[in-house]
Amino acid sequence: MKQNVWLLPALVAASALALFAACLLGSTPMSPERVLAAFFGGGDAGDRLVIWQIRLPRALAAYMVGASLGISGAALQGLLRNPLAEPGVLGVSASASLAATFSLYYGLVALSPWILPLSAILGALAATGLITLAAIRTRSVVTLILIGVGLSSFAGAAMSLLMNLAPNPFSLADMINWMLGSVANRSFREIGLAAPFILVGAVILLASRRGLSALTLGEEAASGVGLNLRAQRILTVLGAGLATGGSVALAGAIGFVGIVAPHVIRPFVGHDPARSLVPSAMFAGLILVLADIGVRIIPTSNELKLGVVAALIGAPAFVWIAIRRRSSND
Amino acid sequence: MTDLTVQNLTVKAGRTTLVEGAGFALVPGELICLLGPNGAGKTSLLRASLGLEKRASGMASLNGDDCASLSPMERARRVAYLPQQRPLAWPNAVRDVVALGRYAYGAAPGRLSQPDADAVDRAMETCDLAALAHRSADTLSGGELARVHCARAFAAEAPLLVADEPVAALDPRHQFRIMDIIQSYVARGGGALVVLHDISLAARYASRLIWMKDGRIVADGPPAETLTAERLAEIYGVRARVHGTLVHIEGAA
Repeated sequence: MKQNVWLLPALVAASALALFAACLLGSTPMSPERVLAAFFGGGDAGDRLVIWQIRLPRALAAYMVGASLGISGAALQGLLRNPLAEPGVLGVSASASLAATFSLYYGLVALSPWILPLSAILGALAATGLITLAAIRTRSVVTLILIGVGLSSFAGAAMSLLMNLAPNPFSLADMINWMLGSVANRSFREIGLAAPFILVGAVILLASRRGLSALTLGEEAASGVGLNLRAQRILTVLGAGLATGGSVALAGAIGFVGIVAPHVIRPFVGHDPARSLVPSAMFAGLILVLADIGVRIIPTSNELKLGVVAALIGAPAFVWIAIRRRSSND
Repeated sequence: MTDLTVQNLTVKAGRTTLVEGAGFALVPGELICLLGPNGAGKTSLLRASLGLEKRASGMASLNGDDCASLSPMERARRVAYLPQQRPLAWPNAVRDVVALGRYAYGAAPGRLSQPDADAVDRAMETCDLAALAHRSADTLSGGELARVHCARAFAAEAPLLVADEPVAALDPRHQFRIMDIIQSYVARGGGALVVLHDISLAARYASRLIWMKDGRIVADGPPAETLTAERLAEIYGVRARVHGTLVHIEGAA
């Protein structure tokens, strides 16, 4: 009812601005004219290289990762009827990250460039499937979060084991990248490998979004108004698994974006899960692009990892949302 | 004319039999109250009748089509179902909650076609919710919320209604209000099957009473015929005096 007509245009404008700012800012300052010139194929070769090979792919990667986490978070929150559900909290990102690390560690990635995104997606689907199976058995939200904590811990432990056994410092650094999450040095090639999965996941989530509204009534009444509960669960798990897996393949595990963005967006869309998907995706993308700009311009000896910054902002927000939740809708 | 026909229905959970050999028919123009103690199998009977729960044997059909093989949407267009548990996950506006009743017609709260919007408005009118349309559902009282759920069920404009304890936890005035709303729906040509625990309320509104105990239907007929002191003793284990549709329960038998 209180659908805010300015929400989408504002998010589109802010996203475009943030992406442009991400091309503008960096170790070599460039004027907006030079960025624009390079953008449309003019300017000098060095500028074009910086924009097209370094800054734009990196900014786009951050936006895509944020968007897929945002849309997955919003959809999972709708499916599980719980504002704390999110790929990171539910252990989906960590599981995807573990599967990706596993394929890196055993050199499976040498077989085909598609192995890395595929293994991340398998990890994500396994975790999402497990969570949903548990959600069918238990009505308790706390149990789900605990299962997520368990999954994350297990994935973390398995990652530590792999790091422990890492044969050389290079693979160790590689793995730390996956655990912490980063979009540094991403190229259009890597984006191209993750994009199909993220797109298919997003399309599945958008196509099945109406059922998420029906689930507002609870599963029993949702079936009563005509929702095919089984199909809805499968589609949401599949869509969120594909999108999250794709994002992890691109940037490793980045937590808490998928929880913060839908939480901020929800009041603007009348608390309707279906209508929160697209704005949540755009807002989460915006958050990560801005956070990544921060990562690049904050003067630190080692560049900060995007996932670390996201968690530093997101984890306190998670705690705040959890505390403010009324215990009644458990 | 839509009818819900249940024959020889048996429902099992593992080895426990929840419902055994139950049969009844619901047709428009009737207001059936389903009575029985906790654990008698009322909810299981309703759910299995609608094809929401697996039946072990027997048949449940809507207009001759097996409920278990109807698509959820097709079933929702023939019968509206108001379950016992009615949690609302989000603090949506009242009108958006009512609009969810149009799900089976392809509607979503954000985009209602004209017929959908009209049906939602009629349901809100019936349940006296016009003034609350934009209120957030989490700010409503129990009585108001019960009316919102009723309106949600009526918004589907299905020919039949199955409601599981629609007046649970409501004060007497609201109990009468909800039953009045259901009665007016029946008067307009609907058919309703309602689970109640208040025997006097059931006797006052029902055209037929179905009595259940231990998973079996033990009696089915108009209140005047089936409501007796002996039946109350048999079903609920209470001592009671019955005068017409007036029931005075004196205590446990």
